[in-house]
Amino acid sequence: MITLNVNGQAKEVDVDPATPILWVVRENLKMTGTKFGCGVALCGACTVHLDGKPIRSCSTPVSEADGKAITTIEGLAEEDGTFSKVQQAWVDQQVAQCGYCQSGQIMSATALLKNNSNPSDEQIDAAMAGNICRCGTYVRIRKAIKTAAGAPSETQEA
Amino acid sequence: MADKQISKTAPKKGKWTRRAFIGAGVVAGGALVVGVAVRPGNPIDRLSPMLAKGDGEQLINAWVKIDADNIVTAIIPHVEMGQGIFTSLAQMLADELDADWSKVKILEAPADAKYVSHDIGREFLAPSLEVPAILEPTVGGTFLQLATAMNLQITGGSFSIRGTGQRAMRVAGAAAKEMLLAAAAEEWNVPAGELRAENSMILHDKSSKSAPFADFAAAAAEQGLPNKPKLKSPKDYKLMGKAIARTDIPEKSNGTALFGIDADLPGMKYAAVKAAPVVGATVESMNADTAKTMPGVLQILNMGNFIAVVADGYWQAEQALGTIEAKYSKTEGDTLDQDALFKRYATMLDEAGDKDGDVETEEGDVGEAFASAATKVEAEYKVPFLAHATMEPMNCTAWVRDGKCDVWSGHQAPLMARKAAADTLGIDMDDVTYHNAYLGGGFGRRSENDAIIMATRIAKAAKYPVKMIWSREEDTMQDHYRPSATSRFQGGLDKDGKAVSWSNIHTHLFDPQEAPTVPYYNIANHKIRKIDVPTHLRFGPWRSVDHSQHGFFIESFVDEMAHAAGKDGYAFRRELLAGSARHLAVLDKAAEMSGWDKPLPEGHGRGIAFVPSFGTIIAEVAEVDMTGKKPKVKKIFVAADPGFAVNPDGFAAQMESSIAYGLTATLFGEISVKDGAVQQSNFHDYPILRINEMPDVAVEIINGDHKRLGGAGEPGLPPLAPAVTNAIFAATGNRVRELPLSKVDFA
Repeated sequence: MITLNVNGQAKEVDVDPATPILWVVRENLKMTGTKFGCGVALCGACTVHLDGKPIRSCSTPVSEADGKAITTIEGLAEEDGTFSKVQQAWVDQQVAQCGYCQSGQIMSATALLKNNSNPSDEQIDAAMAGNICRCGTYVRIRKAIKTAAGAPSETQEA
Repeated sequence: MADKQISKTAPKKGKWTRRAFIGAGVVAGGALVVGVAVRPGNPIDRLSPMLAKGDGEQLINAWVKIDADNIVTAIIPHVEMGQGIFTSLAQMLADELDADWSKVKILEAPADAKYVSHDIGREFLAPSLEVPAILEPTVGGTFLQLATAMNLQITGGSFSIRGTGQRAMRVAGAAAKEMLLAAAAEEWNVPAGELRAENSMILHDKSSKSAPFADFAAAAAEQGLPNKPKLKSPKDYKLMGKAIARTDIPEKSNGTALFGIDADLPGMKYAAVKAAPVVGATVESMNADTAKTMPGVLQILNMGNFIAVVADGYWQAEQALGTIEAKYSKTEGDTLDQDALFKRYATMLDEAGDKDGDVETEEGDVGEAFASAATKVEAEYKVPFLAHATMEPMNCTAWVRDGKCDVWSGHQAPLMARKAAADTLGIDMDDVTYHNAYLGGGFGRRSENDAIIMATRIAKAAKYPVKMIWSREEDTMQDHYRPSATSRFQGGLDKDGKAVSWSNIHTHLFDPQEAPTVPYYNIANHKIRKIDVPTHLRFGPWRSVDHSQHGFFIESFVDEMAHAAGKDGYAFRRELLAGSARHLAVLDKAAEMSGWDKPLPEGHGRGIAFVPSFGTIIAEVAEVDMTGKKPKVKKIFVAADPGFAVNPDGFAAQMESSIAYGLTATLFGEISVKDGAVQQSNFHDYPILRINEMPDVAVEIINGDHKRLGGAGEPGLPPLAPAVTNAIFAATGNRVRELPLSKVDFA
């Protein structure tokens, strides 16, 4: 048995310690917001936070989470469901298309803004270049990150 | 399952009228059921239990349900794969119904054949509207007739709004409103003409009476059915034309949206698969000695064309699969590689010469016009195979038991998926329940049934629910690819630099038929031919299908002709489009947006391209920085006339998306074949555009004809590649005739 701290809750799982965090979260804990994209840390769809830092959960064994806190997309909103600033910016800028990569995008953006409250375009590109979006929502991702950072930006009609 | 075939010339059964197609009925509990565009008879009886489950819910017709709380549910017969169609189609229905948008819910239609009753297709929904040819080859046998007739349950061809939206959703909304008004008129004993609908309420201004739709839903069943519901004119639109926020975005921002890969069942196991690397080969033998001993492994299956390992967890299955050594049968394709394929194309084009091949269009005498032209231009272009690379790898969950089967996936044609599962198991379609989820990208890939068939076969062998997931490597190597192609042109210019002849011959595998044609360009003599080229690789529809190739071919060659004529690419196209005001307006808008005549920094260039496709006219201008070792695409300006943009923000999003998809192909998209197998496997060797490579995108929409709408999902793509390569030419004088650009040395 391995005890994990996921979104602030202790979870016990009976898995091979070499199992990537991605599959433990999805299959054992039934939290499917974190997505499988490539299996080799090339696309960022599986991004979660380990002690606040973005990692590729498809390539990180669950043993590495021992004694650390895992945060997934399900852990970003308030308990009452109120979206985090980044999530709300994603809605305001109408970012998602197919939506499959967006959990990973939001996790990367959240980590970026934690360390840099007002990132430049170049800093956004650098921090987000590990997350592929096949629908090409990049223009809106840039806008949403700036919206979340509090920078003035046009928003969509509701 | 439909057993009758229809064709455009099928005899009309007693001349069905619209009235006949708007059928009404009452289900258990007295709930009103009115079917718009559903065959008269009993289909509603069957649909009602699936759709009107709650207490007091009224199924107003096959696309509208109203519950006791006055919530209007729009039932959408298309799948959501990022194009925002749930929202846009609901907008169309709710607008005609005058529903309160804040009280509109959206439900995906079940994968039920009665929903797509074949009789309604051409007769009612689209008597004058052709189903795009792209949809036709995706289906086979008698099912083709059903599917071609029914745009309802296939999502593709940028067809949902211009087909289903215009012909079904709006009619359904308008019909439901007229029936509600008639019921209210009777109850209040006032002329129906004195009533109006607004925000899901019926209002009688004279008496200041008002009541919610829900109050009249049941009584509406007793009303005569509207013969021809009156549709709004654009000045009365309240929801159409507005940038309404998409309803699916919140759940796609907090991880709760469910995709096919998120299916979860009690006792479910996981399958990892590896198919024979060369399509058509089979697994002759395998050594699974190690795999058998690995933890969690339940079954190792030789399925003929692929190997499956079923385990307690997907990672365990994948690990075990990786240890299996397999030998595959020899096939004819084993010796094929990409160079040989292009050589084969060249040989076949040579053999066709000036006369052979299938003539697609011909006007005037190109031979004579070209021979006597003052300036002759000739060029050959090539594009490679491309994979779809949806972010959600192909997957499917199936559970076979007691002669029945349940299937969970995200598919562009749910009914086809259901049929594929039934056929695989040799059971009746009625014994298959298909559950569709959000699609983590479609782009044409999810119109194929391969994953459905594989998962169903595994589940049959396993006897418990199994979720099969392809690795990214399988997803890349076992796609149904956008075909590689070669296209050759000869163009003639007179002494004034006016285009007088256009001759084109190209390799061909797919649709739409009009992709290589240029009827909008005013060139007196033109002839376009194709030769069909065989390939062992599987091919399929890829965003914009053949327009993705011909857009590049045609617009590159137009640019070459412009250059040979000593004219600017924009000015030259203006001449070719002379007389077509709508086309010119789009071209002019793109040029204006880009500041076409304004100077650019040294080493930068602008390129323009113009491609009407899927009913939408689009011009794009690319601005490219060539001062570095690799092209850097800085900005794309898009001018588009889709007739009328139902959701302008959603339309703009599709332009941005098409540009990213097209730019991936332009910069580095290439699937190549060696020894019969695809060489690329994951994002390191099949790279996808990343955020640091994404240009700024500006979109302007021209609503040029509200009666004939165009598509949004695909038409933004074809002009992108030639706009970029034409810009590279403008900056460097380097004419790119083969994609992707990663093959070109710009140093």
